[in-house]
Amino acid sequence: MDYFLQQLISGLTLGSLYGLIAIGYTMVFGIIGMVNFAHGDVFMLSAFIAMIIYLILTQLLGVSSLPVVALTALIGSMIVTSAWNWSIERLAYRPLRGSFRLAPLISAIGMSITLSNFVQVVQGPRNKPISSLFTTNIVIHQGADFPVTVAYNQIIIVVGTALLLLAFWYLVQKTSLGRAQRACEQDPKMAALLGIDVDRTISITFIIGAALAAVAGSLYVMKYGVVTFSDGFIPGVKAFTAAVLGGIGSLPGAVLGGLIIGLIETFWAGYFSADYKDVAAFSILAVTLIFLPSGLLGRPEVEKV
Amino acid sequence: MASENSASPSRLALALKEGVIAALLAALLEFPIIDYQAAANIDNRLVLTSRFGLAMTIVAIVFIARVSIYLYQTRVVARAVVKVKGPSVFAPYVQWINYAGIAALVVFPFVILTLLGSGGALKWVNNYGVQILIYVMLGWGLNIVVGLAGLLDLGYVAFYAVGAYSYALLSTKFGLSFWICLPLAGILAALWGMILGFPVLRLRGDYLAIVTLAFGEIIRTVLINWTDFSNGYAGISSIPHITFFGLPFDDDDHGTFSSFFHIAYSPIHRTIFLYFLILTLALTTNFVTIRLRRLPIGRAWEALREDEIACRSLGINTTTTKLTAFAMGAMFAGFAGSFFAVRQGFVSPESFTFVESSTILAIVVLGGMGSQMGVVLAAILMIGGTEILRELEFLKAIFGKGFDPVQYRMLLFGLAMVLMMIWRPRGIISSRMPSIFLAERKSISGANVSEGHG
Repeated sequence: MDYFLQQLISGLTLGSLYGLIAIGYTMVFGIIGMVNFAHGDVFMLSAFIAMIIYLILTQLLGVSSLPVVALTALIGSMIVTSAWNWSIERLAYRPLRGSFRLAPLISAIGMSITLSNFVQVVQGPRNKPISSLFTTNIVIHQGADFPVTVAYNQIIIVVGTALLLLAFWYLVQKTSLGRAQRACEQDPKMAALLGIDVDRTISITFIIGAALAAVAGSLYVMKYGVVTFSDGFIPGVKAFTAAVLGGIGSLPGAVLGGLIIGLIETFWAGYFSADYKDVAAFSILAVTLIFLPSGLLGRPEVEKV
Repeated sequence: MASENSASPSRLALALKEGVIAALLAALLEFPIIDYQAAANIDNRLVLTSRFGLAMTIVAIVFIARVSIYLYQTRVVARAVVKVKGPSVFAPYVQWINYAGIAALVVFPFVILTLLGSGGALKWVNNYGVQILIYVMLGWGLNIVVGLAGLLDLGYVAFYAVGAYSYALLSTKFGLSFWICLPLAGILAALWGMILGFPVLRLRGDYLAIVTLAFGEIIRTVLINWTDFSNGYAGISSIPHITFFGLPFDDDDHGTFSSFFHIAYSPIHRTIFLYFLILTLALTTNFVTIRLRRLPIGRAWEALREDEIACRSLGINTTTTKLTAFAMGAMFAGFAGSFFAVRQGFVSPESFTFVESSTILAIVVLGGMGSQMGVVLAAILMIGGTEILRELEFLKAIFGKGFDPVQYRMLLFGLAMVLMMIWRPRGIISSRMPSIFLAERKSISGANVSEGHG
């Protein structure tokens, strides 16, 4: 039972990170119907940016207050990553609207390769270790064999995700920007006729997706304390799995899917074997797409001829 | 004229404004990922090194590039000339170009051998000839799935792995010869193509791509972790080398290739034999594909690619059509895989990563989906180009000692994919030859078909 509880805490933490990345996938897919393959690498890039800002603040500027450093790194990473994703959309995806069906996906795969190798070239191929932050443990339950603990950084991740989701839900449901976004999702041509700047809405979607990925990236560095250039691929595919499992296009679905994937992965590794945990995630992806293509909370896709 | 003169200063001003915006954006993007490099020191602590010089150079380049692009895009065009693209001037000679190309490929190793001697030729035939031909073959195989049937397969390398491991395991565990394993590897890979193809029949487009990617990764993870079967990360080594139909290429006086033909032993013999083997395999792939396109199944593939619903409503069984495409593509990957194993003498899961899949896909896409000649050109450009990167020693003189062109290989690869989609989404070979026609067979622009070739 204690073991279960401990695994549950780790699973929720991991699942929150996946959920944050998954939102970026699900929004972009919803609005332009494209799998943004480079999103995982945008996440990796944001983790690097957060890591370097952290090092600048602690080493070059000598800021010692940890919360200030962490918050600055987080916000800095959000801004710079958003600028990156905006530029990527502008340069690599926007010229392809109206091109043939597979063109944006292939361009996104190219962008994914470009980003990870760009980071490898400019930052070197080796692991970048900084120590994990906020690692103080709170004992929440004194078990028979070992105490069940929760670290500060785990609390920050789960609570941060929940708060962001609330803010985000408000943005999409209650503001004019969110309304424009949902309109573009349903029918971009009609939305344009009604005076919505579709290109601008799509740009903002990419910016929001990148900002959430940057939160995930910064929290990832804070939690695990190490990042390398190839860290984008596997979390990216898992987050995409989460988006599909939750029902692509659905925001609560993305987070729900992320939590489910995180929990399954953690329990799989905890109770069976860590070797095959990626196989578990990939199998869920395949099984969901084949048997439940609209996901848990998604709308069934109706194909018009 | 007068209006043009008065307009030009403001055009320049606008260009400069755009340039400044782009430069500022570049400066923001560069911060901090280029401005500072984090590298671990001896104590494994990260230390920052600033690189403002490099960052400023990039900002300047971005500024100049943006200004020139703006000026180029807004230039006053004297008269809009609508160019009607006729069929390519090469069109009547395509047949001859193909024959000349094949003849050149056949004499290539001998020409190199005479020019450079056996020491220098080894590198050329192996690194350029064999390496490029493997990718040409893989590209042609994937072309059946992606170019003809329009099924985007991101896990193609899995079948390549099945072929390679088939030969590696069958030869080391059961002592079977390469010539028995080659068809077996193809059959096993085709079987896996059907096993993996079956569940994804209902999926289309992006979803299909992602699921095939997942399958590719699952196979690789299994190869890594099922150590009893595949020896995990360590891979399978000491795979038997290729023999000349039973005669080994060894330095020995009895029963070897050199002794049988009474010639002096040279390691180049094996390489040249491998070269002709992969050339034969690749040309077989090409030949089979060309013939299949004229059969009903080939036409069904192309119909499926263009419009699945129309295809189904015309009574074509999409299940078998898709499965045969998967199986055919996988079979050729299996052949290529067993060739890879016999050439390397060693296989490990490291050779079958997603990057490999996307390389093959990039070759197919850059060549112009469905175009057989395009695949060849793209493979020469991408694989040959990256091999040439290794040779560019003079770049070290320009950019300093630490500059290693090879590490830019994948970066250039990715950028090429993106730029190709923007500028020439139809690939290098962008004209299309219809496979079925009413009165006259003439090539059309790729923009007129919805997906691929034909």
